Amino acid sequence: MIRFQNVFKRYPERGEALSAIDFEIQTGEMVFLTGHSGAGKSTLLRLIGLLERPSRGQVLVNGRNLGTLPRREIPQHRRQVGMIFQDHRLLPDRTIFDNVALPLVVTGVHPKEIGRRVRAALDQVGLLKRERATPMALSGGEQQRVGIARALVGRPPVLLADEPTGNLDPDLSREIFELFERFKYVGVTLLIATHDFSLVSDLRHRTLTLDEGRLTRDTGAW
Amino acid sequence: MARRVHPRPPRASRIRTPRFLERPGIWFNQHLQTLIETLGRLRANPVPSTMTVAVIGISLALPAALYVLSENLRAMAGGWDQTAAISLFLDLEIDDRKAADLAERLRAWEEVARVNLITRDQALAEFRDLGGFEDALDKITKNPLPNVLAVYPTPEHAEPERLAAVQERLLDLPEADFARMDTLWLQRLQAILDLVQVVALLLGGLLGIGVLLIVGNTIRLEILNRRIEIEIMELVGATAAFIRRPFLYTGAWYGLLGGLTAWFLVTLAILVLQGYVSRLASLYHSEFRLAGLGFVDTGSMLGAGMLLGLIGSRLAVNHHLQGAKPA
Ligand SMILES: Nc1ncnc2c1ncn2[C@@H]1O[C@H](COP(=O)(O)OP(=O)(O)OP(=O)(O)O)[C@@H](O)[C@H]1O
Ligand SMILES: [Mg+2]
Repeated sequence: MIRFQNVFKRYPERGEALSAIDFEIQTGEMVFLTGHSGAGKSTLLRLIGLLERPSRGQVLVNGRNLGTLPRREIPQHRRQVGMIFQDHRLLPDRTIFDNVALPLVVTGVHPKEIGRRVRAALDQVGLLKRERATPMALSGGEQQRVGIARALVGRPPVLLADEPTGNLDPDLSREIFELFERFKYVGVTLLIATHDFSLVSDLRHRTLTLDEGRLTRDTGAW
Repeated sequence: MARRVHPRPPRASRIRTPRFLERPGIWFNQHLQTLIETLGRLRANPVPSTMTVAVIGISLALPAALYVLSENLRAMAGGWDQTAAISLFLDLEIDDRKAADLAERLRAWEEVARVNLITRDQALAEFRDLGGFEDALDKITKNPLPNVLAVYPTPEHAEPERLAAVQERLLDLPEADFARMDTLWLQRLQAILDLVQVVALLLGGLLGIGVLLIVGNTIRLEILNRRIEIEIMELVGATAAFIRRPFLYTGAWYGLLGGLTAWFLVTLAILVLQGYVSRLASLYHSEFRLAGLGFVDTGSMLGAGMLLGLIGSRLAVNHHLQGAKPA
C-alpha cells in the first residue's frame, strides 16, 4: 500500500532530513514509526500525504507513483490518505462539528449523511457532546481527538498519524490506539509516528525506527 | 469513549471528484450552499462589505446616470422633432381663409406630412396666455401678428439638407413672407448628445476597470485572511475549483449588490429631479417627464455589475490561489 524506494529529502537549510529510505507497508498493516525528535518522522509522513515531494527516490501509494501524479489529482490522493497532524491543524473559528465535517464537505457528501458520519466519528473519539464548541474551548487532548475524528470521517484507506496521543493521558492514549486497531482489522493501512514507547512495545505492531533521517530498524510484521 | 460504533470498511473507490453530469444534485447543492454561505459571510462583515459595495455602486451609477441623462435629452429632442417644422409666416394681407386654402394646397405636396394653420388670433391668444405681455398687448388695437403655417415635413425630408430645399420651395410661394427653420440647434443638440454618450462610455470603461480593481483587491484580502482555512481544506482533499468557488461567488455578490446600489442611486436622483423637470417642462407647455431606468437597462446594469465582480474576483483568484502544494 505504501512503498518507499531509496527516498531522500533534503532541506537546503538543514541538509538531509531523510536518507535512502526503503520500505513497504502492506494493505491493512498497522505500523509504528519511532525515532528521536528531529529524526524525520513528520517529514516521512508529509511525503506520503504529498505535502512535500522527495528530493530523490520514489514514493508509491496504492500502486501510484506520487512523483508522476498530476497536480489536479492531488486532492483525490489526499482523500485517500487521512492525516492526523502533530499540531492538529483545526480551524479556530469553526465548531468542532464543522471541523470534522470538512473532508466530507469538500467531497460533496449530502448534508444529512454528513451529520450522521460526523457524529459517528465524534462518538468514536468521545467528543459527541462537544460538537458545538470551537477548538479554543477544548483542551489540547480534546483538540487532538478532533483531529483524529476529522481524519477518520472520510473513511480513508490509509491513515497517517503524527504523534496522535502526544497530549493524551495513558488511558485515553490506549483507547485511541484501540480505535486504530479496530481500523486495522477492517483493512485500513495505518502509519503512526509516536514517542510513546511503552505503548509501542505493549501493542506489538511492526515498528520502523528512524535515526538522523535513516531507517535503522524494521521489526517486520508481527 | 464509544465502543458501540464500529468503523466501516473503507472503500477506496467511493470518493470521486464531483462532476455535474455524474451527480447533478450534489453539484447543484454545493453551488446553492456556496451562494448562501458567501452572502452570509458578507453580512457577517458588514462594514468592509458595505464599503466595497458602495464604491462599486457609485462607480456604476455615474456612467448610468449620464446614460439616463442622454436618453432623456434624446427623448426630449425627439418630442421637438415633431415641432421641427418650418414655420411659414405669411404676408399680413393673407387672411384666414386664404391661409386655409394655402394649407390645403401644401398638404398635397409630397414633401409635406402635415400642415397646421395657426391663425393670427390664436397666436395672439397664446401670447396673452404666456403672460407678462398684457400691458403691451392692451395698447395694441390691431393684431400685428401674421397667419402662420406650421409645415411638418415627411420623415424622408426631415434631414437638414432636404429640409432646406423644402424651405426654398415654400419661400417661392407668393403668399410667403419668411420661413423659419430650427434645425441648427437640433444638430447641435444631437452632437452634444453624441458627446455625452461617448463620455458615458469612456467613463463607464474607466470606472469598470476601477470596479475590477476594487473587487480584485477585496477578494485578495479575503484570500489572505483565509489562508489557514484554505490550506487545511487543501489538506483534506478540496479541489482547486471547490476552494475558488466561494471567492468567485463573493465577487459576483459584490458586483450584483453594487449594481443594485447604482440602480437605487440613479432612481433616487431621478425622483429628486423629477419635480424640477416637470415644473420646467410646464413652463414650456410640455408634459415631459424624466424616464428612469427601464427593465432592460436595469437588467444590463445588474448584469454588468455581476460580470465585473466575477471577472475581478477571477483575476484575484487566479493570481492568489495557486492550488494545492506541492506544485
Ligand atoms: N520545512 C523544513 N525546512 C527545513 N528543515 C526542516 C523542515 N521540516 C523539517 N525540517 C528538519 O528536518 C528534520 C526532521 O524533522 P521532522 O519534523 O521530520 O522530525 P520529527 O522526527 O517529526 O521530530 P519530532 O519528533 O520532534 O516531531 C529536523 O531536523 C527539522 O529541523
Ligand atoms: Mg514530528
